[in-house]
Amino acid sequence: MTSAALRSRAWKLLEMVTTPLLPSDYLDLVSPLRAGADLRGRIEAVHPETGDAATVVIRPGRAWRGHTAGQYVRVGVDVDGVRLWRAYSITSPTHRQDGRITITVKAIPDGKVSNHLVRRAKPGTLVQLDHPAGDFVLPRDKPAKVLYLTAGSGITPVMGMLRDIEFDDVVMVHSAPRPQDVIFRDELHDLVADEKMRLTEVHTDTDGMLDIARLDELVPDWAERETWACGPAGLLDAAEGHWTGHAIRERLHTERFRPGIVVAGDGGEVTFSATGKTVDANGATPLLDIGEEAGVLMPSGCRMGICFGCVTPLKAGAVRDLRTGEITEAEPGVLIQTCVSAAAGPCDIER
Amino acid sequence: MTAIDPTAHLTSEQIEELGRELDAIRDEVIADRGEKDAAYIRRVVSAQRRLELVSRGVLLFSMFPPAWLLGTAGLSVAKIMDNMEIGHNVLHGQWDWMRDPKIHSTTWEWDHVSPSEQWKHSHNELHHTYTNVIGKDNDLGYGIMRVDEDQKWHPFHLGQPLWNLINACFFEYGIAAYDLELGKNLHKRRRRTPEFRARARAVGRKIRKQVLKDYVIHPLLSGPSFLPTLAATFTANLVRNIWSHSVIMCGHFPEGVQVFERRSINGETRGQWYLRQMMGSANISGSRAMHFMTGNLSHQIEHHLFPDLPSNRYAEVAVKVRALFEKYELEYVTGPLPTQVFSAWRKVVRLSLPNKKPRVETPGGQQELVAL
Repeated sequence: MTSAALRSRAWKLLEMVTTPLLPSDYLDLVSPLRAGADLRGRIEAVHPETGDAATVVIRPGRAWRGHTAGQYVRVGVDVDGVRLWRAYSITSPTHRQDGRITITVKAIPDGKVSNHLVRRAKPGTLVQLDHPAGDFVLPRDKPAKVLYLTAGSGITPVMGMLRDIEFDDVVMVHSAPRPQDVIFRDELHDLVADEKMRLTEVHTDTDGMLDIARLDELVPDWAERETWACGPAGLLDAAEGHWTGHAIRERLHTERFRPGIVVAGDGGEVTFSATGKTVDANGATPLLDIGEEAGVLMPSGCRMGICFGCVTPLKAGAVRDLRTGEITEAEPGVLIQTCVSAAAGPCDIER
Repeated sequence: MTAIDPTAHLTSEQIEELGRELDAIRDEVIADRGEKDAAYIRRVVSAQRRLELVSRGVLLFSMFPPAWLLGTAGLSVAKIMDNMEIGHNVLHGQWDWMRDPKIHSTTWEWDHVSPSEQWKHSHNELHHTYTNVIGKDNDLGYGIMRVDEDQKWHPFHLGQPLWNLINACFFEYGIAAYDLELGKNLHKRRRRTPEFRARARAVGRKIRKQVLKDYVIHPLLSGPSFLPTLAATFTANLVRNIWSHSVIMCGHFPEGVQVFERRSINGETRGQWYLRQMMGSANISGSRAMHFMTGNLSHQIEHHLFPDLPSNRYAEVAVKVRALFEKYELEYVTGPLPTQVFSAWRKVVRLSLPNKKPRVETPGGQQELVAL
């Protein structure tokens, strides 16, 4: 018998010992970051960067496979007891000696997770991790000239790139409201002092928003550069228009944070994605009834919100709890009670 | 359903007002639910696992009597925690709001021969929706006992104190059979559908795993302590079964608890539903340790009003609920465990004998009770 087969036999036996739990439920008590555990990380330190941004140092579990500069990682953080998942760019270089990774988080107004990480996260806390993802990365072959066009927290994936690989000719144009709002400002200025990069800071509180047409003046050879742009939608829309207008769209790489923002309304179009049915729903009828009327096989139970027999994944959109009025937005892993939830805008129910 | 309706003095407006006041209590807890509650359940889960690990470890040496005693006691408590404060409450969805897939009603499996999925249906859906409605809520007498004067007496009922004692000792098997609706399904061959067979197979698998673990694998691991370990796990299961049976008997059986006829719930309003839960449940008074070991089912009344609120909040909710009982001049049935257990057993014995009560047959042949 091969050693792999032996190991799987031994594991099966161990499962018989621990049933109905799994051996990992017990191992997690003592070693949550061990090889073979679900991917997690432990926060080891939180360093303030600006008034509303901080870098979180995370020791990932043994299952971590490493990342490519510019990629993001989804992090599951328990905020007020509720596990919420958000994606953050990895700002540490890929070759960091101690195996730690860092994410740099800017607290956005009303942002549950970002404010928690910046202001309340404590070293020692476990967070859930996903494997790194995203194709906002550098190419294998070094481009001769590089432009980084960033604004606000859009600098974070680019910082991961800057720390990872040195290019011969790098220019960065970065926008932030005021000088003290520039994340990583000292490090950027050090790079400039060492003549490793040229930097233009645009301070939008005094200079106004960056007009993309000003690139000709700020970076005269911008069109010759391989460009990575990350920031608010307005900047990226303008950049994409500008590059397309000059027929060099393929030289521009963009990364958009927070793609679809859910607007919670009253009722909307409900898609039952597993069945492939789409129907209009008002804001007062439980989704269980909407589904059943549309002929979708819906799990059901007490029909009054007490038995949890009807819970179903919410894949997209938002729903309103008919008892409390509370809005729940779709996130991976979010289940809703269809008997007491109504559509609060378009949504997708996995049935 | 007793001769005197203890809610007769309430107007329908009052009942709806009562419902709104209870909704407000629920909303308050939900608004305040958070980090502390999450930390509580994680602490309990972790403590249970550690206690079970240590106890099983000690039982490896159970040929030494002190080790046997210590290990058996620890394992009994661990099994009670798994069933009551953790299993029962997680499977109610009380902790689903944490969005932690490891502590969630859709993924939890407990140390019990009834598979979670089946128990959730018969308990959460049927028992909690139709609480104490004769003919709808089979928890009343678990389908084998006579629990109300108005139910037809049959000579079979003479043995019900004995059935109840046997049920207490092997309670988890009783629950598994009950979740399968075994009585109903074995009686009529036509009910032996593929769906029933699948559920029966699931129970069979679960029983096999549980029995293998407790009565074969762990004793084998103990080597020379094989027999003492076997005796220890048997004892722990027995203790857990008798304990949970006693707690559950106290929830709906003691004197003073009302039962309802089927027709009484037609078109029931939210206020009326709440009122039925209030009148159909009974509490156990006692220390914090007592509440913890019952999985907070000592707050049965509060649990039935708000089955999805985290169990650690029932104690504070109970103060407000009790005030409402007083305001609306209703009887809050509660008492210490021995009193309530005695009261429930006395009822089981009393109803094993016939009594004089009117009864009618409905055209469908179903037993129906006369509204008084």
